[in-house]
Amino acid sequence: MSSTVMTYAQAAALALAQTMEKDPTVVALGEDLGRGGVFGQYRGADGAPLAQRFGADRVIDTPISESTIVGAAVGMALAGCTPVVELRVVDFALCAIDEIVNQAAKNRYMFGGQGRVPMVMRMPIGIWSSSAAQHSQSLEAWFAHIPGLVVVAPSTPADNHGLLLAALQSGDPVVYMEHKELWGTQGPVTPGAVVPLGQARVVREGADVTLVSWSRQVQACAQAAEQLAAQGVQAELIDLRTLWPWDKETVLASVARTGRLLVVHEAVQVAGFGAEIAATVAEHTAARVARLGAPRIPVGYAPGLEAESRIGADKIAAAVLRLIER
Amino acid sequence: MIDLLSLYRTMVRIRAFEDAAEAASQGGVSWGGAATGGGEVRVKGPLHLSTGQEAVAAGVCAHLHPTDLLTSTHRGHGHTLAKGADTTRMMCELFGRAPGTNGGKGGSMHIADFSVGMLGANGVVAAGLPIAVGAAQGLKIRKLDAIAVCFFGDGAINRGPFMEALNWAGVYQLPVLFVCEDNRISATTDSSAMTAGPGASARAAAMGIAAMQVDGTDVQAVSDAAAQLIADIRAGHGPRLLHALTDRHKGHVSVDPATYRKPEDVAAALARDGIARARARLVEQGQGAQAEQIERAAKAEIDAAVATASAAPAPDPSAAFTDIQTIGAGVWA
Repeated sequence: MSSTVMTYAQAAALALAQTMEKDPTVVALGEDLGRGGVFGQYRGADGAPLAQRFGADRVIDTPISESTIVGAAVGMALAGCTPVVELRVVDFALCAIDEIVNQAAKNRYMFGGQGRVPMVMRMPIGIWSSSAAQHSQSLEAWFAHIPGLVVVAPSTPADNHGLLLAALQSGDPVVYMEHKELWGTQGPVTPGAVVPLGQARVVREGADVTLVSWSRQVQACAQAAEQLAAQGVQAELIDLRTLWPWDKETVLASVARTGRLLVVHEAVQVAGFGAEIAATVAEHTAARVARLGAPRIPVGYAPGLEAESRIGADKIAAAVLRLIER
Repeated sequence: MIDLLSLYRTMVRIRAFEDAAEAASQGGVSWGGAATGGGEVRVKGPLHLSTGQEAVAAGVCAHLHPTDLLTSTHRGHGHTLAKGADTTRMMCELFGRAPGTNGGKGGSMHIADFSVGMLGANGVVAAGLPIAVGAAQGLKIRKLDAIAVCFFGDGAINRGPFMEALNWAGVYQLPVLFVCEDNRISATTDSSAMTAGPGASARAAAMGIAAMQVDGTDVQAVSDAAAQLIADIRAGHGPRLLHALTDRHKGHVSVDPATYRKPEDVAAALARDGIARARARLVEQGQGAQAEQIERAAKAEIDAAVATASAAPAPDPSAAFTDIQTIGAGVWA
């Protein structure tokens, strides 16, 4: 099938609609879904809310009850459904942390494999539009730490389509982290093209340094790679796409060629997922490794404060040069 | 109406199971985690006994089918047994043995038997309520003719998920029965000191959910109330709540001596023991011989379960790495 240009939000909606069309046990639930979701990510290509097409019993408008949104999804999964849970922003997912960590993630193991909890928990991440400290976080490391969960962070429309299809087919509880600043990003999408979980994408090849990133920071890394190329430094850029399981083979193979690794993420650098990747690479290679994430500060409201938490191309390029000079 | 002998059988089997589990845990983990020493400890972890509360599990579960789904609490052995789980596999689970219901991965606090619709005891207070309403919603979405039931304690009504789940069930008119086992103690604290207002049934009523309050030590009263509420739910009238006033005869956890309880309260609870009262009624009805037969059979059943569990193999350590997730299972240290 040929590709169509669509937004990151539309690409996910198409994946959900295609899956719901095929499988009557797939449902979506969350606040404001009946209207198409707060970011329009539950609207079809015609702009109409998916609830109009699939009915209010399958695209379910819920109370502002995050614990029960996730807890009920666990129950639905145990009753034979595959729920897609919308949590609006990852910051609100914290209201359901017991249901995510102690219930969804643990169910299969602690009951000895009697049940499965196939579900996709969408929890948008990232700095977006002066939204301040409680609507801007990137908390992927919290969830990558938890056995039982798969963690996904798509950076392009094609990946937001293909990874959501894969997440819905996986049979596991999946933490699915879209970036709020990417909703309107346009790109080619081949409807139905699944992107396997756990496989990174080499965005750009280069021999001098390996950049590993995910989500919106892939764009900033691509810009940095352009800047570096103008200075004669060839950066290889890897979009991890899935944080658990992350594609260790692709990263190690790249670092084996370049001898240098910089992991870049929007999340706070301290105890971020970049530390896991850097440590793993350090354990397996003699490469020089570094991380670049946000300072350990809450995201501020005023543009000048917010900017302190952003990792732009200039900061990335500077970090690469420091790594090369080290 | 369910036959009293049948209810009595379930209660006696639960009591025998709890007594045997308690005996097997002697010397195990005490409240606070300190080892108390002495003897072979076969049930190692925290053990929350439902001794004294048998009438609620028996009276409610008598009206359920294997296709109905159930969530429970940390005090969940009785519910699991009453829902139809095999006591030998249950005892193996408490003993941490491979043939256990959960393969030794869950123990007492996570005992479950999905094959009979028992979706698990839960170590987190009130966590079963959202799961039960979701299970009810899933059954409705799939157009299956079954209901969900959720047991929880009086301590749970002060957690947010209780209010969220009741509201949710009311909003979507789900086929779910909430059962509050009100033993009036939240872990080791008097619930009345921690709870504003009259409790579970009043909170349900505030959300338009019909509720009944019963003497939860009277198995026939529990059964009759459950019959009516479950019939309403099966008829499509939406959620219901059963508020059962009951008694916890033991401490919060098996080795908790419960010194915080007034001796006269404990004595009163023992004096209104639901099993003794059901037995007296059976004797009055001329069914004393049948009651004795039930007691002998229960003892034999549980003795055999203990013997089997004692001899059963431990799980292979490799099982620690299975049943985690399909994508990205725990392969990397």
